[in-house]
Amino acid sequence: MEPLLDISGLDARYGQAQILRGISLSVGRGEVLALMGRNGAGKSTTMKAVMGLVPPSGGTIRFDGRRIDGREAFEIARLGIGYVPEDRRVFSELTVMENLSVGQRPPRQGAPHWTPERLFALFPNLAAMRDRPGGAMSGGEQQMLTIARTLMGNPRLLLLDEPSEGLAPVIVQAMARTILALKGEGLSILLSEQNLHFAGSVADRAAIIEKGEIRFDGTMAALKADAALRAQYLSV
Amino acid sequence: MLDLILTQMLNGMASASSLFLVASGLSIIFGVTRIVNFAHGSLYMLGAYLAVTLVGAFGPASPLGFWGGILLAAFLVGLIGIVIEVVILRRIYQAPELFQLLATFGVVLMVQDIALAVWGPEDRLGPRAPGFKSFVMILDSRFPSYELFLIAVGPLVLGLLWFLFRRTRWGTLVRAATQDREMVGALGVDQRLLFTSVFGFGAALAGLGGALQLPREAVTLHMDLSTIAEVFVVVVVGGLGSVGGAYLAAVLIGVLHAFGILIFPKITLVLVFLVMAVVLIVKPYGLMGRKPAATLPGAAGIEPLLTPATPGAKLAGLAALLLLAAAPLAVSDAWLLTLTELVIFALFAASLHVMMGPGGMASFGHAAYFGLGAYGAALAVKWLGAPMEPALLLAPFLAGIAGIVFGWFCVRLSGVYMAMLTLAFAQIAWATAFQWVELTGGDNGILGVWPSAWAVPKAVFFYLTLAICAASVLLLRRLVFSPLGYALRAGRDSPLRAEAIGIDVMRVQWAAFAIAAFAAGIAGALFAFSKGSVFPTYLAIPRSVDALLMVLLGGVQTVSGPVVGAFAYIGLSEQLVKLTPYWRFTLGLAIVLLVSLFPRGLVGGFLAWRDRRDAGDPAR
Ligand SMILES: Nc1ncnc2c1ncn2[C@@H]1O[C@H](COP(=O)(O)OP(=O)(O)O)[C@@H](O)[C@H]1O
Ligand SMILES: [Mg+2]
Repeated sequence: MEPLLDISGLDARYGQAQILRGISLSVGRGEVLALMGRNGAGKSTTMKAVMGLVPPSGGTIRFDGRRIDGREAFEIARLGIGYVPEDRRVFSELTVMENLSVGQRPPRQGAPHWTPERLFALFPNLAAMRDRPGGAMSGGEQQMLTIARTLMGNPRLLLLDEPSEGLAPVIVQAMARTILALKGEGLSILLSEQNLHFAGSVADRAAIIEKGEIRFDGTMAALKADAALRAQYLSV
Repeated sequence: MLDLILTQMLNGMASASSLFLVASGLSIIFGVTRIVNFAHGSLYMLGAYLAVTLVGAFGPASPLGFWGGILLAAFLVGLIGIVIEVVILRRIYQAPELFQLLATFGVVLMVQDIALAVWGPEDRLGPRAPGFKSFVMILDSRFPSYELFLIAVGPLVLGLLWFLFRRTRWGTLVRAATQDREMVGALGVDQRLLFTSVFGFGAALAGLGGALQLPREAVTLHMDLSTIAEVFVVVVVGGLGSVGGAYLAAVLIGVLHAFGILIFPKITLVLVFLVMAVVLIVKPYGLMGRKPAATLPGAAGIEPLLTPATPGAKLAGLAALLLLAAAPLAVSDAWLLTLTELVIFALFAASLHVMMGPGGMASFGHAAYFGLGAYGAALAVKWLGAPMEPALLLAPFLAGIAGIVFGWFCVRLSGVYMAMLTLAFAQIAWATAFQWVELTGGDNGILGVWPSAWAVPKAVFFYLTLAICAASVLLLRRLVFSPLGYALRAGRDSPLRAEAIGIDVMRVQWAAFAIAAFAAGIAGALFAFSKGSVFPTYLAIPRSVDALLMVLLGGVQTVSGPVVGAFAYIGLSEQLVKLTPYWRFTLGLAIVLLVSLFPRGLVGGFLAWRDRRDAGDPAR
């Protein structure tokens, strides 16, 4: 069966600087792929390019068999890709409920259907603060809210950009459980991560990016077994 | 006495309502699109004109005819707003701020001529509102009941806006987009639709504000600029982006005006100033505003750095100067007069350039200082009986002092805020010249401002002008490469770092503002003597736009640019005025086309083209 997301030969640039060089990646249906690499390797740029927030300068991106490169972000979101940015970007003036309502889209075939109540079951912390402004929440709560907000669009594929970054260890554990729960719902996930332990606990496959090029693409088990590879690209 | 105070209070609150409608529309549009719509006053004016026509057609005596006409007028203005957004603004959301402001300014010019063509130059009086023709007794005074109705409109609309923004999905999306447009798009919201609807809504509010004024005051072709200037003051005082702040400020300004006119009519404007001063000192971003997020680099970011002239450029400058100096030998007196004006405008443009280029301060009201220079000269001649020489010497000081006073306010703000304030000040200066008839002769101007006998021959006056202007431009140039100039550029490029190395950015900008005003005053004084008369149009907003266009045409970041730009622009516009009576429309259209075809400016467009060519990618 063809993969849900299929990136092939993707180039992207900021002005004169070429950031991505011929990235090829795919995320299968129901699969969690961890995109790993150091700071500045190009993980976020890859996600932004998929989302249409950075225009690709070459290559193709297919979602469910359809070309999406060159389309606008809102069209890509409507096709069923949900994007959770690394810097959270909750709407700080809006309450939790309002944040959720911005993300709301109609139900979609072949994707789990989310309501605020279902999301509050997934993120119990949020249930207690429905009317709190996003700006008045802790970092962990904001991270939960961003994910919940994106889920309101009933995506089939979730792009999660470093969800564990800057969170306390217990919250990172909760985050891992959440991701596994989402996978259990049948969601496909492209996860960017630097934390190997975290990625290892949720992902089926891993890809390593360095200076805008893919250096490794294989199973999580293979990456865990290869100490030299980890030392070369992942050590901090 | 008590009832007088009360009625003035109510009067002020009644005029506050319309002001609030326009200001809140402007604020909402700015929040989402980040564009300050200079054409908002024009939409207000269109609302009033359309209401005159529609109410007249539907029958002003019947409530349905009257109110139906008012509401339909507001609706139509909303549609006009949508057209403006789709046709023009949509293309320039990525453009530098200055170009966006300029484009909406182009719309102002176009609407002026459209209104003139459709409704004619005569003021129009609207009918009174059915059901609100009587008076209410307040203590012992009669107070028109329509005023009471208007007073209620303000809070009513405020409540409606609150409901819309807090209780509907559209409102939630608008608030979300105000904070982070890109994220809203990534969540599947079509921003284009959102932007268009927001613009249409804000336009309809302005249209309603204008239409509701119908029973209160005459509809005139001046409404657009006088309203936008007042609205800018309201928005600066209330805080851009805050609807509640807009209401608060509108009431404050409205009531202040009402009392000012009662107690000391001549210094109402001063009162408004004082209030604005207090607010800006205590809360630089207005009563309920917040510090704006860092904006993208404006036009300044695109162009190459300023460098001192190369020997070649110096030679070219000298050659141009010699060529000009030789002109009286070759051309007729009529041409010499045009050349004199060109030289004066080159100085005018160069003075604005000092602010905009190295200073990074966009002024939409630089004509104020040009005009004050001209009036300074004319007043010295008329009231002090001064001959040309001392008048020329004194006049720039009037402009310079105004620059010191106005500049003090302006440098407290930056970007679009500052541009708005400069425009408000220029409009106030214009209003003073226009209305203080005893001193300035009002619309009739001041005539008989002639040079001293020795300078009457056209060639002599030309040489005098050339000498003064060339010296002034060279001095301004020196300034750019002096320590003050470097400090100015440091403050423009990185205010925080400049502060860190001990530069008082605000002070430096203030000094540059005042110097630019002084230099513009020199140009204005010379202009007064070359024309022999002064009129309020010398300080009107279109003249400020002229200066902006000259600078932009020549390039913001080249020192010789404004001089070249002045020659090119004046040459073109003189032809335009000769060709068509609707030169404002044509000029406005030209501005809009220029900005939408080259949203990054001419030089920016050229650089982008060169980049693409060098990348060897002809497909893009
Ligand atoms: N907006 C931007 N403008 C210019 N360069 C950028 C921008 N964002 C990221 N970069 C550069 O692109 C490269 C990749 O960044 P990013 O994709 O954010 O890496 P990662 O997410 O893996 O840390 C880095 O060198 C970064 O400096
Ligand atoms: Mg990143």
